[in-house]
Amino acid sequence: MARFLARRLLFGLLVLWIVSGAVFVLFFVAPHDPARLIAGKLATPQTIALVNHRLGLDRPLPEQYASFIWRLLHGDLGYSYYSNAPVSQLLASRLPVTVSLALGGAVLWLAVGIGVGVAAARRPRSLVDRGGAVLMLAGLSMPTFLVGLLLIYFLFFRLHLAGITWFPPGGYVPLAQDPSGWAQHLLLPWVTLAAVTAATYSRLTRRRLTRSSMLEVLGEDYIRTARSKGLSEDRVVYRHGLRSALTPVVTLLGIDLGTLLGGVIVTEQVFGLPGLGQLAWQSVTTQDLPVIIGTVLVASTFIVVANLLVDLGYALLDPRVRPS
Amino acid sequence: MTVTAPGQAAADAAAARPEAIQGRGPWRLAWERLHRDPVAIASAVTLVVIAVAAVAAPAVAHAVGHGPDDQYPTIGLTPAGLPVGPSRTFLLGTDNLGRDLLVRILYGARISLMVGVVATVLATVAGVVVGLAAGYLGGPADLVLSRFMDMVLSFPYLLLAIALVSVFGSSLTISMLVIAFFSWAAIGRVVRGQALSIREKEYVEASWSVGSGAMRVMFVDILPNLLAPVLVLATLLVPAAIVFEATLSFLGLGVPPPTPTWGGMLSDSLAFYQVAWWFPLFPGLALLATTLAFNLLGDGVRDALDPTAGRAGGGGDR
Repeated sequence: MARFLARRLLFGLLVLWIVSGAVFVLFFVAPHDPARLIAGKLATPQTIALVNHRLGLDRPLPEQYASFIWRLLHGDLGYSYYSNAPVSQLLASRLPVTVSLALGGAVLWLAVGIGVGVAAARRPRSLVDRGGAVLMLAGLSMPTFLVGLLLIYFLFFRLHLAGITWFPPGGYVPLAQDPSGWAQHLLLPWVTLAAVTAATYSRLTRRRLTRSSMLEVLGEDYIRTARSKGLSEDRVVYRHGLRSALTPVVTLLGIDLGTLLGGVIVTEQVFGLPGLGQLAWQSVTTQDLPVIIGTVLVASTFIVVANLLVDLGYALLDPRVRPS
Repeated sequence: MTVTAPGQAAADAAAARPEAIQGRGPWRLAWERLHRDPVAIASAVTLVVIAVAAVAAPAVAHAVGHGPDDQYPTIGLTPAGLPVGPSRTFLLGTDNLGRDLLVRILYGARISLMVGVVATVLATVAGVVVGLAAGYLGGPADLVLSRFMDMVLSFPYLLLAIALVSVFGSSLTISMLVIAFFSWAAIGRVVRGQALSIREKEYVEASWSVGSGAMRVMFVDILPNLLAPVLVLATLLVPAAIVFEATLSFLGLGVPPPTPTWGGMLSDSLAFYQVAWWFPLFPGLALLATTLAFNLLGDGVRDALDPTAGRAGGGGDR
């Protein structure tokens, strides 16, 4: 187990190194001139040279890369070209927003997705199954920004015209400052995330819980072992059968959460939430290299860690895949 | 009552009997199951209609007399410069530049379908080739290719897609390549898993024993057995690619204007939804009808074939 973990960890670090290197290269391949952007249109060549010097952009590329890696190994992500704030501080200030958004959304899409999936699996090909599938798929079939804008149109704009002000159109209130305001501001973004995500979960749950899949799981040797130990039928079905039937859902959740925690770009953009996704988008459009690399590294770290946890969780939930 | 010659009756019976005991292959069975699925049939019909509409776009443009990029500042805009609603001249109204929305939606269907299909074909070919090679060759080749696929799957892909497009500039080709690049690994992983187990079957061994080379075993013996899951994944990848393109357009990084795309029209319409309901509504409906039909058809095909397939891309561009 320790060897397995160590190997996965090493691979994760390799991914991070390659991703950051790729972004670094991409940035210098791009026709760009951050110094000119910072100094403004009327800047003299001297000013631009000065800015370039201050940012270290006048040094040879390998040297820049070496110093980037050196600082990274010391936990220093550098400073934003624009605000001069430390990148780590920028990332830390954005993280709570994205975590609130991703976790709340996950709770909602798990409840809806698994709920619909279970209902559909109980009565395959019934009206609930068919109707549920079409409704869920409609969410999956829409671009996220469209779902968000529909919600803003009907639940903010139309309700506002009618004098009802339940939902704000966007913005963020910290949880510690005002818990109910926090939830109120995040409700529409949560629904947006759930609408575009729940379909995958309901589909998977339904497939795993239908009679044929369950019978397949219950025909496994380890189920027979469990029975032969004299466990009650309920315990066999729920504790051993259901657990392995639903491990793919856990895998999916881990990967989805890992992806989202790195920044929910579109949803944050639509609802004006100051999270990691918005920071990433802003840094790309302003060619703010230290911040771009910072957000990409954070996003990749979340995905790598999520994959690691999924592998671990898989081993815990399904004893058959426990690596030696 | 009609009288038939005894010989005739015997011939009829002979003709009927092979029919009664005719074996039905898995594809035929799947086809029959699909045929009995009303949702799948309706989806397929919808897609055919959309494809025909896309092909007929120039004809419609000719019939109504408006090109996709023609602007009508006098009749296509209100005196205040806002889009005009559906009328005899503009059946679905106009957009913010006074262009015929109907004609643009039809031309947009061409782009959306092309992006969806081309990106999917690229991703599927790459995924099948890499997945087959990894699963069949095994050993170090498998290790390297699998790790590479894992790596692509661990990229924060919308973020990298944005970075890529902002570097290379937005164009139709770049959009399709970027979408394909972030989709093929999901297919590759499924193909690898299946190839890994099929490799151990007796008929593959038999093929080896009569002297088939690696290429022949991979593409003639193994590949046909993978078609079912690959078909399902590919069908589900098309709507994901269409949605991805719309998302890129929303972020201003899709196919550049004035080329009509549904995603581009939707993002253009955002500033006008309060005064011109038709502007976001019709492109939105066109997009939803297409992606929903592909998703429902994909589900139907999956139910009909019942392969143990994983999840294609999509749902990731949030």
